[in-house]
Amino acid sequence: MTTTALDTLGRLESEAIHIFREVAGEFDRPVILFSGGKDSTLLLHLAVKAFWPAPVPFPLLHVDTGHNFDEVIEFRDRVVAQHGLRLEVAKVQDYIDDGRLTERPDGTRNPLQTVPLLDAITNYKFDAVFGGGRRDEERARAKERIFSLRNSFGQWEPRRQRPELWNLYNGRHRPGEHVRVFPLSNWTELDVWHYIAREGIELPSIYYAHQREVYLRDGMWLAEGPWGGPRENEALVEKTVRYRTVGDGSCTGAVESDASDIETVIAEVAASRLTERGATRADDRLSEAAMEDRKREGYF
Amino acid sequence: MSDLLRLATAGSVDDGKSTLVGRLLYDTKSVLADTLDAVHRASADRGLTTPDLSLLVDGLRSEREQGITIDVAYRYFATPKRSFVLADTPGHVQYTRNTVTGASTAQLGVLLVDARKGVIEQTRRHAAVLALLGVPRLVLAVNKIDLVDFDEVTFSRIAKEFTAHATALGYAEDAVVQIPVSALAGDNVVERSERTPWYEGPTLLEHLETVPVEPDPHDAPFRFPVQYVIRPRTAEHPDYRGYAGQVAAGTVRVGDEIAVLPGGLRSTVTGIDTADGPLQEAAAGQSVTLLLANDVDISRGDLIAAAAVPPKVTDEFDATVCWLSDKALTPGARVLVKHGTRTVQAIVTELRTRFDEQKLGSTDAPESLTLNEIGQVSLRTAEPIPVDDYTRSRRTGAFLVIDAADGSTLAAGLVGAPLPELDDVESCTDGGDAAEPDSHALVSPGP
Repeated sequence: MTTTALDTLGRLESEAIHIFREVAGEFDRPVILFSGGKDSTLLLHLAVKAFWPAPVPFPLLHVDTGHNFDEVIEFRDRVVAQHGLRLEVAKVQDYIDDGRLTERPDGTRNPLQTVPLLDAITNYKFDAVFGGGRRDEERARAKERIFSLRNSFGQWEPRRQRPELWNLYNGRHRPGEHVRVFPLSNWTELDVWHYIAREGIELPSIYYAHQREVYLRDGMWLAEGPWGGPRENEALVEKTVRYRTVGDGSCTGAVESDASDIETVIAEVAASRLTERGATRADDRLSEAAMEDRKREGYF
Repeated sequence: MSDLLRLATAGSVDDGKSTLVGRLLYDTKSVLADTLDAVHRASADRGLTTPDLSLLVDGLRSEREQGITIDVAYRYFATPKRSFVLADTPGHVQYTRNTVTGASTAQLGVLLVDARKGVIEQTRRHAAVLALLGVPRLVLAVNKIDLVDFDEVTFSRIAKEFTAHATALGYAEDAVVQIPVSALAGDNVVERSERTPWYEGPTLLEHLETVPVEPDPHDAPFRFPVQYVIRPRTAEHPDYRGYAGQVAAGTVRVGDEIAVLPGGLRSTVTGIDTADGPLQEAAAGQSVTLLLANDVDISRGDLIAAAAVPPKVTDEFDATVCWLSDKALTPGARVLVKHGTRTVQAIVTELRTRFDEQKLGSTDAPESLTLNEIGQVSLRTAEPIPVDDYTRSRRTGAFLVIDAADGSTLAAGLVGAPLPELDDVESCTDGGDAAEPDSHALVSPGP
């Protein structure tokens, strides 16, 4: 029953809970970005712990590219129902159907999420938006604040960031501005997996090894789906794979893996010589500053 | 489970700080193959024959273009012994802003100097900021030791001069360690160098892995800023009323007498809740929910404190501010003060002193404080707030100064005068870098 000094995971958990409670105390209309992926599932788990025994006082928002994995959508809806939360879905497909957005030549829809996201923030008047971004993911994210002010165009202005001192977060913003909040800023991919194991958090099944028909493109194993399939010289083959990240199906690659449970996943992540984004995200390979450029435009 | 060390690095432009951080990441195998490939490609594109490790750290487009670090970057790496959160704080333009940001949560500061230049004004300034912010331990990395032919005498001279300065700032001698390194070549960063046979101390990484981490002071008086009142009003918990927060200092146990400040109500802790079940006690750093004996009127912004050792409740206090904004501070300025979970209106009634690096003393009653300057001020708040001296409690002695009009953060505030008086620091001033026209260091608060 007595307590001792917190270990690393305990400190990270306590920090995230503190951040959730600060936002609940200082903002009028927060929302949690929730895709059903591992980072947003972890976010929701921490939010539940922060407000227990009361329900999470925020709705959830999914910016849906339309390029989904069925297992993830099924999981998303089940988790939302289990916690009795409200889920808003902003659909990229709607924007493409009525001409507000145009499909890119490469078929990738991750960069198209920015407009529906910003519209949802404006329409629902969200003033704080929780995201699962971590600083260890990418160099531009390493410069991100935990409370990150966005201007009325939703843009990140890296040279005008507020200094973030102690754990005193300044969430003040003017009408039309909002704040992106990243409670997992200080977590690494391995911390996330260790914590998922410790807490017994359920994830969509595609994070664990399974049989899937995939084809090789640009060194990544892609799956066939509504977003398209193999081209003439690309063959569909059955492989044992799992996903390290889950995003738009057209640009999220699977990795060959036999890791079928949490322990083997942790061993695999610890031994991996590739970052999770480098291994599995075509959208980050576009240029040296792909993430920075997308963030400046208002991306997560 | 290995524990966690939070450290901040600081140095002037061209001391090779990003290269040192890149080297730490590279040699601890914290850089994965695809990231490294990208650095190799980018280095080759720039016509370099060896990979530029600073590209691992400088993440923004303009940073890579200019070859400098603009903003604080956070890096994470781990060895079997320990996990590290590293705040890499650039040393120019907004140097105080960046160093203060990195130092505010650091348990150890790594200062870089160029072995050819030794301790310069910027080094002393950074050391003073780290001392001011209460960073418990320092490492002086004497970099580019290869460029002085691994000369022991040069190293010893720099080490001695720095130790004198750090001691004057209040550091015990065993809290300061000096290490000769070459970030570019890797000497004594992770791998022990054969070219410094005279050096018997640890490599930088060995030191980071083994240096004692100051635990949060569990024996300090209990402090708990209330973040949020949890009232489920569900069938299962119809009358539950808990006060959610993170223990800022000390330890709380079920049965403890507490005071709710600034109001002054008293009560007893009847329970300490978490989603994982109740606790008998909670210590600094833990996020918990407190249950109290009486249904007292408590809301966000209140501070729950040990009844026997309460903080001072006051609407007038002196503080040190590190000014981080382009807008200057002048006497009579109306600002917001965010202290713990409470934000109150305040007036800066008086600018008492400004620290002047050239004279290594403080000027009386300056007309203004500008970007990067540090000074003593007097504040009056619209309502009383419970404050501790920063030197006694880092978390409840700290506050933000915020611009009420645009919401920007203007200054880091520290209740009281956290720096010792540096009467004898003048012996350290020789060989300063007077060539830096924009530099304003802090030194002692005057008598």
